Amino acid sequence: MAIIECKVLVVGAGPGGYVAAIRAGQLGLDTVIVEAKAHGGTCLNVGCIPSKALIHAADEFEKATHFARASPLGIKAAKPTIDLKQTVAWKDAIVNRLTTGVGGLLKKNKVKSVSGWATFVDGKTVEVKTDKGVEVIRAEKVIIATGSAPVELPFLPFGGNVISSTEALNLGAPPKSLVVVGAGYIGLEMGIAFAKLGSKVTVVEALKNILPLYDKEMTRPVAKKLKNLGVDVLLGAKAKGLAKGGKGLEIETADGKAETIAADKILVTVGRAPLTQGWGRENLVLDMDGKFVKIDDQCRTSMNGIYAIGDVTGEPMLAHRAMAQGEMVAEIIAGENRSWDKVAIAAICFTDPEIVSAGLSPDEAKDAGYDIITKSFPFSANGRAMTMEAEDGFIRIVARKDNHLVLGIQAVGGGVAELSASFGLALEMGARLEDIAGTIHAHPTQGEAFHEASLRTLGHALHI
Amino acid sequence: MGEHLIKLPDVGEGVAEAELVEWMVEIGANVREDDVLAAVMTDKATVEIPSPVEGKIVWQGGNIGDVLAVGSPLIRLEVDGEGNVKPGAAPVEAAPKVKAEESLAPKAKPAPKQEQKAKPAPPKAAAPVQNGAAPRAEGEKPIAPPAVRKRAAESGVDLRRVIGSGPAGRITHEDLDAYFENGGASMRSGGGLVRNTTVTDIPVIGMRRKIAEKMAIAKSRIPHITYVEEVDVTALEDLRKQLNESHSVSRAKLTILPFLMRAMVKAIADQPIVNAIYDDEAGIIHQHGGCHIGVAAQTPGGLMVPVVRHAEARDIWDCAEEVSRLSEAAKSGSAARDELSGSTITITSLGALGGIVTTPVINHPEVAIVGINKMQVLPKWDGQEFRPRKVMNLSSSFDHRVVDGWNAAVFIQRIKTLLENPAMIFID
Repeated sequence: MAIIECKVLVVGAGPGGYVAAIRAGQLGLDTVIVEAKAHGGTCLNVGCIPSKALIHAADEFEKATHFARASPLGIKAAKPTIDLKQTVAWKDAIVNRLTTGVGGLLKKNKVKSVSGWATFVDGKTVEVKTDKGVEVIRAEKVIIATGSAPVELPFLPFGGNVISSTEALNLGAPPKSLVVVGAGYIGLEMGIAFAKLGSKVTVVEALKNILPLYDKEMTRPVAKKLKNLGVDVLLGAKAKGLAKGGKGLEIETADGKAETIAADKILVTVGRAPLTQGWGRENLVLDMDGKFVKIDDQCRTSMNGIYAIGDVTGEPMLAHRAMAQGEMVAEIIAGENRSWDKVAIAAICFTDPEIVSAGLSPDEAKDAGYDIITKSFPFSANGRAMTMEAEDGFIRIVARKDNHLVLGIQAVGGGVAELSASFGLALEMGARLEDIAGTIHAHPTQGEAFHEASLRTLGHALHI
Repeated sequence: MGEHLIKLPDVGEGVAEAELVEWMVEIGANVREDDVLAAVMTDKATVEIPSPVEGKIVWQGGNIGDVLAVGSPLIRLEVDGEGNVKPGAAPVEAAPKVKAEESLAPKAKPAPKQEQKAKPAPPKAAAPVQNGAAPRAEGEKPIAPPAVRKRAAESGVDLRRVIGSGPAGRITHEDLDAYFENGGASMRSGGGLVRNTTVTDIPVIGMRRKIAEKMAIAKSRIPHITYVEEVDVTALEDLRKQLNESHSVSRAKLTILPFLMRAMVKAIADQPIVNAIYDDEAGIIHQHGGCHIGVAAQTPGGLMVPVVRHAEARDIWDCAEEVSRLSEAAKSGSAARDELSGSTITITSLGALGGIVTTPVINHPEVAIVGINKMQVLPKWDGQEFRPRKVMNLSSSFDHRVVDGWNAAVFIQRIKTLLENPAMIFID
């Protein structure tokens, strides 16, 4: 039995873990990372990246479908077809390039990768089941980055026609009919993509709203698009179980009626749960925060020398949060004085249209006791949006009334995900409305709506 | 789709205008029937205007602080089906705001800002914003760009200790430099005291404007004569204590107010001229038979004067209960309009803060106001020795145009006699 001694051990090579390992390597720390599957975790393998690939393919297919009918652009094309197997292969190639790239970066930074399932023996030691047998790794500092997994409904277990987002990314063909259980961002991203690929999609959501984390103003353009795509959205409806024969979903509608929706596939996206079992947590003494591992503002757990980052530590379960934590923890272990001081973690739904939220929403700001001013600027008054046939949506700014410090920025619209960069920068830099208003935003871009939203909040928008 | 126009309704008898004090909805907002759209303030009551229809707000008839005439357009909604405005009808003129000249006295009232446009008036430039290095409020997070945060962390500086000179109090690299140069202290004048150069502009609108107007009228029109007398309330306090103890469960707690009210009723019977409304423009004094005693009360919104009607027909307990009910209603904002108007004479008391002398301002158009000052135990010479006595001053003002000094003095002396011999209050 081989024993590896190291300074830093990272358990899990998702976005949090691999970034922590790369940064630790850069800082000259002797680092080992353990991962049972491919590098990159959920994000690269079965999450952010592959879903965006599928969404892109679906968007392109929808465009072509559009051109096969009448298009105001004057473009005419034959009715398109899609070979989803090829799409998946293309997607897999991207995933492969990225995960291989991560492996290369780890190697470049002198991080030792161990492939296998890690189980904690004690706070300094893990056993890893590898192909070659059990390896024992002893480390001074340990970073837990085990991530999260899709939540399974007990009455609708994954298997057969009941799939999670992972399987949905690897289908051989678009299902004729697809029921999505859960109208959160994952469910809607996938549901919209399959609707564009030709599936008859029905979304079942137990709550009264789609995307319950966002206010109605923000979700309205998405609801409109769902309608245009012919997606049936059943709000206030509960999934009850698989219909007999496995070709449908039994639900209870908002008014209490039992119904069966025929479906070739049932995609369950009712959230993700931290992965806190199966890696020997019982051999540690970690304080928990609900179902998450409890951490402080330096990502320290209740055990000396053990850090935790990413989805296993709580909401928001976002790759970029995990990456920032990973970078920070590596620097802390290297002796730097760091703590979590971020102003905002932007969240994005790659729905159609896209939704971005950075910082506080108007309601959150009010709840936090701020006296605020807030205004939005619609893309219907933005030239670039018109030229892209993306007039739905808006950019909204929330600022303190007394000193105009920007507290939050939200956007809905085609391609607005890319604007999250400037939103995040504005918030981290402590921008006031006047800073955004005083920045030239190039014409013609959607970013002008950001400029105009700040002007409008100040009371003197130019283009509306 | 049609448009529905809502006009400022008649919000109270004899009310010709109302001040817009709050918009509950914004342009573009969807409202349902009965959702509150706006709050307007008349004389002294605030009235909420509900929506009679469901729709989307497309136009607002004024800015906060504007005075609108009853019947002027308040808000326009886009509604399903036909609205009450014909399509193609001439665009609505901006609400005809009541100009200063047309408004009620005083003439010197500043005219509300006018926006004579059919379009929704753009909001005015935001209130002045504090620039410069205003100190952060206690416990507020420091604002600093990431590079500054990192440099501070590397130098072991807690940014909460650094004063930010940038916009919105943002901490700049220069602020950090200054902090280091001062050996770990921000640019502060000695003793950690910081110059506060902020100027906060508070618009005088709503209730504050009403109070300001009333005070200005009272002080500019009425030549006040103020008369202060000392009252020995030892006996009254003994009686009050006894009554409160013996009725502690069954009845309202007695303060000094109901005794004063009953004493005033008796004194007014001898000097009826002080219980009057003086219409100086018409040259008539409306001397009232009924004693409607206003009781000045401090509320979260400012000074209000709820009125105990017909104090002459109420006994001491009744007065006590009414005062307590009214002051609660005034404080919670639930007082009705007619409970806040119609007084013929007023009592003002600063309670425990009462001071030793005040110069009360008459509640125009009344002619007299009685002020209660602080009660204190003082040594008093009774001819043989000093005795501790509970003593309280009454500071009262009268409209010297219609109340002579002699009448004022006799009125207060009568009250003093009654309060010093409280049994007389109860004997006719």
